[in-house]
Amino acid sequence: MIDQLFQFLISGITVGSVYALVGLGFTIIYNASDVVNFAQGEFVMIGAMSAIFLYGAGVPYVLALVAAVLITMVVGMLLEKLAIEPAKNASVVTTIIITIGASIFLRGAALLIWGKDIYGLPPFTKDVPISIGNATLLPQNLYVMGGTALSVLLVRYFFDRTMTGKAILACSCNRKAAALVGINVNRMLLIAYGVSALLGAVAGILVTPITYTSYDSGVMLGLKGFCAAILGGMGSSMGAVAGGLLLGVIESLGAGIISSGYKDAIAFIVILGVLFFKPGGLLGQADSERV
Amino acid sequence: MRLAGLYMLAALFVLLGLIFPDSYYVTVVGVTVCTNAVLAISLNLLMGYAGQISLGHAAFFGLGAYASAILTTRYGLNPWLAMLAGLGISGTVAFVLARPILKLKGHYLAMATLGMGIIIHIFFVQADWLTGGPDGLSGIPEISIAGWPINTDLRWYWVFGTLMLFSTWVSLNIVDSRPGRALAAVHGSEVAAQMTGVDTASVKAQIFVVSALLASVAGSLFAHQQAFVSPESFSFFFSIELVTMVVLGGLASTFGALFGAVLLSILPEFLLVFEDFEVLIYGAILMIIMIFLPDGLFVSGSRFVTQLLRKRDAGR
Amino acid sequence: MQGGDNMALLTVTGLEKRFGGVTAIAGLDFQVEPEIVFAIIGPNGAGKTTLFNLLTSIYEPTAGTVTFDGHELTRLKPYQIARLGVTRTFQNLQVFLNMTVIENVMVGCHLRSRCGIVEAALRLPSVLREEKKVREMAMEALEFCGLEDIANRDASSLPYGMLKKLEVARALAAKPRMLLMDEPAAGLNDTETMVMSNLIRDIRGSGITVLLVEHNMGLVMEVSDRVLVLNYGELLSQGTPQEVQCDPRVIAAYLGE
Repeated sequence: MIDQLFQFLISGITVGSVYALVGLGFTIIYNASDVVNFAQGEFVMIGAMSAIFLYGAGVPYVLALVAAVLITMVVGMLLEKLAIEPAKNASVVTTIIITIGASIFLRGAALLIWGKDIYGLPPFTKDVPISIGNATLLPQNLYVMGGTALSVLLVRYFFDRTMTGKAILACSCNRKAAALVGINVNRMLLIAYGVSALLGAVAGILVTPITYTSYDSGVMLGLKGFCAAILGGMGSSMGAVAGGLLLGVIESLGAGIISSGYKDAIAFIVILGVLFFKPGGLLGQADSERV
Repeated sequence: MRLAGLYMLAALFVLLGLIFPDSYYVTVVGVTVCTNAVLAISLNLLMGYAGQISLGHAAFFGLGAYASAILTTRYGLNPWLAMLAGLGISGTVAFVLARPILKLKGHYLAMATLGMGIIIHIFFVQADWLTGGPDGLSGIPEISIAGWPINTDLRWYWVFGTLMLFSTWVSLNIVDSRPGRALAAVHGSEVAAQMTGVDTASVKAQIFVVSALLASVAGSLFAHQQAFVSPESFSFFFSIELVTMVVLGGLASTFGALFGAVLLSILPEFLLVFEDFEVLIYGAILMIIMIFLPDGLFVSGSRFVTQLLRKRDAGR
Repeated sequence: MQGGDNMALLTVTGLEKRFGGVTAIAGLDFQVEPEIVFAIIGPNGAGKTTLFNLLTSIYEPTAGTVTFDGHELTRLKPYQIARLGVTRTFQNLQVFLNMTVIENVMVGCHLRSRCGIVEAALRLPSVLREEKKVREMAMEALEFCGLEDIANRDASSLPYGMLKKLEVARALAAKPRMLLMDEPAAGLNDTETMVMSNLIRDIRGSGITVLLVEHNMGLVMEVSDRVLVLNYGELLSQGTPQEVQCDPRVIAAYLGE
């Protein structure tokens, strides 16, 4: 029984790491531009698919991964430049529809380029299972967890220690004030979207060797990443990470113990619970209106 | 005259049915247009007037459809009673969820309605002992109205069209009345609405239920018309399509919602030509219209025409 | 000095509001008699709008009670307080910009009409009768405020001064017993301020008690029957305009000793 639980925990943390990275990307964009990016999941898909196809076309493995991440970053920045910036004064509903439109567009592009098939990527190192008690772990699971941890730390460093990172945070606190002290707000937003897309792509290449990918695998990931961000408290980056991991584990345990058919429903039931009883999430605060 | 638009719409609808009774485009596509119109109009009451974004409207459409499907095929219930039961179910779900969900705003509300829609959809897929699972339920019996069996495309056209005209009428009525103004007030400034004595939570809940009921009726009729239901028709993607219709036409406009429904029901017929590009173009259209014409095509269009007429009058 | 003979319309006892470590309102006690203009003044940040928000249940007090016409307000929701006959205008305008002028005021008549959603959806005869009545009531309120000529204009097309008047018309349409006005003269020029001043007098004349938060001292002195001075959330002074004007503590607070 313990072994089973441990197995669920492993798969939970693995998929939770993806949710964490997606949720973190969400939060970066939300903090920088007040936009909820429904296309976040597509960054994961694009990163994974690009890597698969570059590698399949003969590009050396590591180069393919790096190139895939860069391509996704460009896509993210294009999204900001072409869809978000022109609509910067739009209402909440309008921006939600714009990002939904963007996610549909990206999915349509993926469908066009890569078709409907499911694809996989070879793992970073040989798939020799590691046994811990009666549970098995693949090296790729460790890469996912390690890669996620590393990414989170790097992002933390970026925002806490570098001028660019701090400038982006300034934009999210008060855009006018940031502009007044000479920060190029548009460029900062571009970078924020780029970083966010990068995180998505990293998640994609980390996890695809285990879960495979197809043109529409981004949809649920994006939604669950959003759930992770809400669970952790909208606007809190560490909250999104914690929320993602927690969500992954709850989902995995629920699927294993209760029913696997309703797996996807678990995340949304959790999130409804959070929204009904503690919309501020684990680490965030509730909103209030100034009258 | 307040109902001028409705009368013109009714005339157009009747004429099309009388002049082209055998045309695929009128009867079959017409039924799709009318179904989507009812859904868009009901969603518009919630999103456009009350300002409450809902990304889960397809769920109520599905609840009505599955209620009718299950009760008539598995339990042999009379279709009209099944529709009534469907109304009861949709209404109850909406009633129970209304207050906790509508306390939320903006992205949180979007997420809650999304979650609600997805959970209900997953239930349709997973509870195969009841719903037939991913393959759905077939063999849904036909319905008759006072002995008149609805078994041709044309007859379904008349039925759905009547529902569409009824929904338009109801929407126009609500908008021009005390509860309608209360809704618009909630949208304009919830705190000011409260200070004029509007119980905002109650008003929002009421419109949530009304929109769910309209969607449920459409769903029940849809089940009988298709003689088959499957979860695919009630997914999150369809909810997004409905939101697109409302927003494309223009929020807070009954005819805007209608316009959006017509446009998006006909669009796939055109996009079929583009085959693989279909999804891509759909996404592109959404983005472009929302970026450049956020008030929607119908509302922006009418405003443009009104201004042109005003300039012409001023120039005289 | 409190009016001992008149039953106070509004009684505030021990009202307190803390936001985390900040005490916005500290142990406030005062009474408002019916059919007067009662002004609340004080330097910026003194807590005036917070007080209004407490009175209308937009904020929940940390301690204390508010009694209006015998009813305890602190447990009620804002719309229930409106039902008791209290309406307000807002410092940062909360006009319904998505409606026309008269529609805004017709919402103000919400409590004087009854049509529900089912009757409205089916356009029963009662709805038609009521719509006519509500329109008339709204026009009455617009006329009182001098806005009858622009009844069908979009609220979003109105200049600031008219929006301020529109909020007043909307609040009056409910025929309240007490009207809370939050800085009605803010942003108005001299002419507009004079018009507002006359309007406030007319409102009192029609039997409505006015609770006024205002920075414009000229307006306050002209129009008020009683003045209460707030400073750092505490009651600094209370009395007639003349008494308060001469109170050395008030002078010190405003000029900053």
